[in-house]
Amino acid sequence: MKPFAYQAPTTASDAVRQVADDPDAVFLGGGTNLVDHLKLGVARPGALVDVTSLTSAEITERDGGLLIGAGVRNSDLAADPRVRERYPLVAQALLSGASGQLRNMATTGGNPLQRTRCVYFQDVTTPCNKREPGSGCSAIGGYTRYHAILGASEHCVATHPSDLAVALTALDATVHLLGPDGERTVAFGQLHRLPGDRPDKDTVLDHGDLITAIGLPDLPMARRSTYRKVRDRASYAFALVSVAAAVDLDGDAIRDTRIAFGGVAHKPWCATRAEDALRGQTAGVDAFRAAAEAELADAAPLEGIDGGNAFKIPLLTRTLVAVLRELTGVNR
Amino acid sequence: MTGLLEPKAIGTDLRRRDGALKVTGAARYAYEAPVDNAAYAHPVQATIGRGRVTSVDTAAAEALDGVIAVLTHENAERLASTEDAELAVLQSGDVAFRGQVIALVVAETSETARHAADLVTVHYDEQEHDCVLDPDGELYKPDKVNPAFETDTAVGDVAGAMASADVTVEQTYTTAMYHNNPLEPHATTALWQPAGDGGDLTLWDSTQGVHPARSTVAEVFGLAEDQVRVVCPYVGGGFGSKGTPHAHVILAAAAARAVPGRPVKLALTRPQMFALAGYRTPTIQRMQLAANRDGVLSAIAIDVVEQTSRIKEFAEQTGVPTRTMYRAPNRRTTHRLAALDVPVPSWMRAPGECPGMFGPEVAMDELAEALGIDPVELRIRNEPEVDPDTGHPFSSRNLVACLREGAARFGWDERDPRPGVRLRDGWLIGTGVASSVYPVHQMPQSTATIRCEDGRYVVEIGAADLGTGTWTTLAQIAADALAVPVADVQVCIGDTAYPMASVAGGSSGMITWGSAVVEAAHAFREKFGDDPADGDEAEGSVSENPMAERYAMYAFGAQFAEAHVNADTGEIRVPRLLGVFAAGRIVNPRTARSQFQGGMTMGLSMALHETSVMDPRFGHVVNHDLAEYHVATNADVADLQAHWLDEHDDKVNPMGVKGIGEIGIVGTAAAVANAVHHATGVRVRDLPITLDKLLPHLP
Repeated sequence: MKPFAYQAPTTASDAVRQVADDPDAVFLGGGTNLVDHLKLGVARPGALVDVTSLTSAEITERDGGLLIGAGVRNSDLAADPRVRERYPLVAQALLSGASGQLRNMATTGGNPLQRTRCVYFQDVTTPCNKREPGSGCSAIGGYTRYHAILGASEHCVATHPSDLAVALTALDATVHLLGPDGERTVAFGQLHRLPGDRPDKDTVLDHGDLITAIGLPDLPMARRSTYRKVRDRASYAFALVSVAAAVDLDGDAIRDTRIAFGGVAHKPWCATRAEDALRGQTAGVDAFRAAAEAELADAAPLEGIDGGNAFKIPLLTRTLVAVLRELTGVNR
Repeated sequence: MTGLLEPKAIGTDLRRRDGALKVTGAARYAYEAPVDNAAYAHPVQATIGRGRVTSVDTAAAEALDGVIAVLTHENAERLASTEDAELAVLQSGDVAFRGQVIALVVAETSETARHAADLVTVHYDEQEHDCVLDPDGELYKPDKVNPAFETDTAVGDVAGAMASADVTVEQTYTTAMYHNNPLEPHATTALWQPAGDGGDLTLWDSTQGVHPARSTVAEVFGLAEDQVRVVCPYVGGGFGSKGTPHAHVILAAAAARAVPGRPVKLALTRPQMFALAGYRTPTIQRMQLAANRDGVLSAIAIDVVEQTSRIKEFAEQTGVPTRTMYRAPNRRTTHRLAALDVPVPSWMRAPGECPGMFGPEVAMDELAEALGIDPVELRIRNEPEVDPDTGHPFSSRNLVACLREGAARFGWDERDPRPGVRLRDGWLIGTGVASSVYPVHQMPQSTATIRCEDGRYVVEIGAADLGTGTWTTLAQIAADALAVPVADVQVCIGDTAYPMASVAGGSSGMITWGSAVVEAAHAFREKFGDDPADGDEAEGSVSENPMAERYAMYAFGAQFAEAHVNADTGEIRVPRLLGVFAAGRIVNPRTARSQFQGGMTMGLSMALHETSVMDPRFGHVVNHDLAEYHVATNADVADLQAHWLDEHDDKVNPMGVKGIGEIGIVGTAAAVANAVHHATGVRVRDLPITLDKLLPHLP
């Protein structure tokens, strides 16, 4: 581990300035991802700027929705009665992730900014374009069980590990930022990026941008929502695939729906094609399956030393169908 | 052998004597050895799969503030013995596998050591490596398989029996590469004190045997055994990976000798443990079973292919349990190895029996299905009267009783044999059974002393407690052997300052150390009677059991699993796992249950989760941490029950015990695989059973 300086400014704007002024500085939140990367030598910053107490740790009513301070711990967010009642998919996503100890540390602002996950990214002895641009991608042709089937590039096939981010993508939440030039907002679905030829960049944030809060919209259909995570053991595992979904039903007719996928792309995957395919349809298993197939038409599974990840296509199809059956109560 | 000890303390469920120390953090583990002014060591590992180090640039590391030394093959001490290639660390620039240690940094803090290790630059002459276990590749026949079994056995004509049988099963099964992954990483604190007669080396090492570790280290460094002391009161799990010293122990000792008078601490990181602390070889098992319509076997054969490292052979005895389990006139077992550019495999909980009861016990299930005979009944019909391998009678064999007791407890009789027909709340449900077996191993040497101190009895023996309960159970044995209350017995273990004890391996601890304690107790009473004086002391050693030549000695068991498979996603859960074991007398039901349940949990983990993913392009295991290498967690284990029969065996040893540390992991994976088949109709023959293997066949 490379030695680093630890800085604890007293205001968020000071923190932003300290990071913006030092290309070698990074923010420290709950540290549940960054500290691992420091130990592994994956992250080698010169300075950590602690922001854990510089943003709000409150959840407040805002415009019919909720404003979640970036400092709210994952465990507190999952336990909030308003979140559980009005946005059950958020609570479920949080509780399906990590462990109790990690959720007690991890913050709302930090969770979506976890780096994408890949065993080769985490192993400094193997080439990785994300860690060392231009060195190559070891995952292609390697261990691909947890890797992407959507939106990958020849430079990177890693997936984003956050469960919360999938739920926030489905809800079309709002990211509140404080940057060197002041405050601004970004739609949650625009926060993360596909790897393209710059897999070193996971998000659209600039150096020094600090997430101060996440806004959940006034979205009544979110009361009928869920998060389904499919994984290799019952807890404490990353998603093979996951589905966050909400449905607005009028009888058997689907008035509107929100769907996002996890475990399949470099970013939480907003399933707009599936949403479009379902809107206005009568709920039914054939329609659910057709929606999944529409979304996965361009899926490109990977071969690999472990048999590859083509299984994710039928797995995600079946999982989406099961989730929509559950949310609509329609089993035919 | 005369009658067994009269059990008074034996059989009671005493709490662990070391429990309070452990839960309060007062128990000191190897890395926490109470030393002052410690230095810290961190290894540098090879990043090629095979070749030669051409140069090591240590200048940047040495320039770092706080770095004391950087050892490489160019400046490290020449070892007295390099016979064991795994332990011949820093003796040449040869790289035999990726992850091998090629330098060692010693520094004032562990952080500095780790940082400096990153700054060491290594240049290589790289050669092509081969890390792929290929049954059609280059294989050889080892002279023996672990520890000293015949490599191949053959009786009769298997091919002829297969050709003429009513029903046959001929399938290939595979188990994955597994890593032991004890929670406490491999760690050593070493101190070299050059004064005295040539110097003294003290090692606080996390080990399954202080005396075997001492012998190895003394030989490698050319020291007399009495120049080396190994201390290890507590071990945070070993599962065989701490049964023999690995490279890090030699590295810690070498570092200590490079900074005389100063203790050096070395703990492997979790990723380092995947290259440097042993593992279980993947196995490929070709099974043949032949039977008549009544399910009576006419042939049983297993042909095993597995790997070893090119620099040191370890031949897992995967085919051995097939020699003993079932009666059949025509029999064959073989082992072939591929020597690859891989880390050195070694012991992992029930080497041989654990992987070697996967293929055969799934094959038996396939045979039962083909015959339309209940799988419990099929096993009972093939129960041998004598050991099929040696022809000796069994000292006791209660497999059938375990199967029947387990079936009754599990509710097996109500089972509908049809696969893939039970769907409840979106989950396909099935049940499966498999047999367990583990031999009774007694090690040739162990000695205990018993001394009277203030009216109490102090038992000293260099035994190990891996979390198994030795601190408590040896006291129970001593109490009954001395015919005193257990509260009057104090046990001292885990230090070469005490009399010589064998390794905690092969489930031999209670058998071997317990026998030594009983001998010491008898000697003590013979010498000093029932009213000894303070300071009276007697010694006793384990002696060869003449019955071992005349009887086959094994523990048996039966495991029953219930599997639920999600009909949408193929996710697999095992809500019920029930084992019944016949393992002689149980010394302490509380610690014994923990052993059985721990083994069964590890077997469940093998069935569904564990696999070390070797990337052949690089030559190392890429899922080398506990986030990626999945072991069963609490949420994966639900109704887990271990029961045992009250088994009386007066041939095995004076306590009547058979050893229970390993049998719990034997057969579990097959029981789960058979239950998954019963749930889904899908026969998975390659572990682990993951949802992608079921998905294509789900409705």
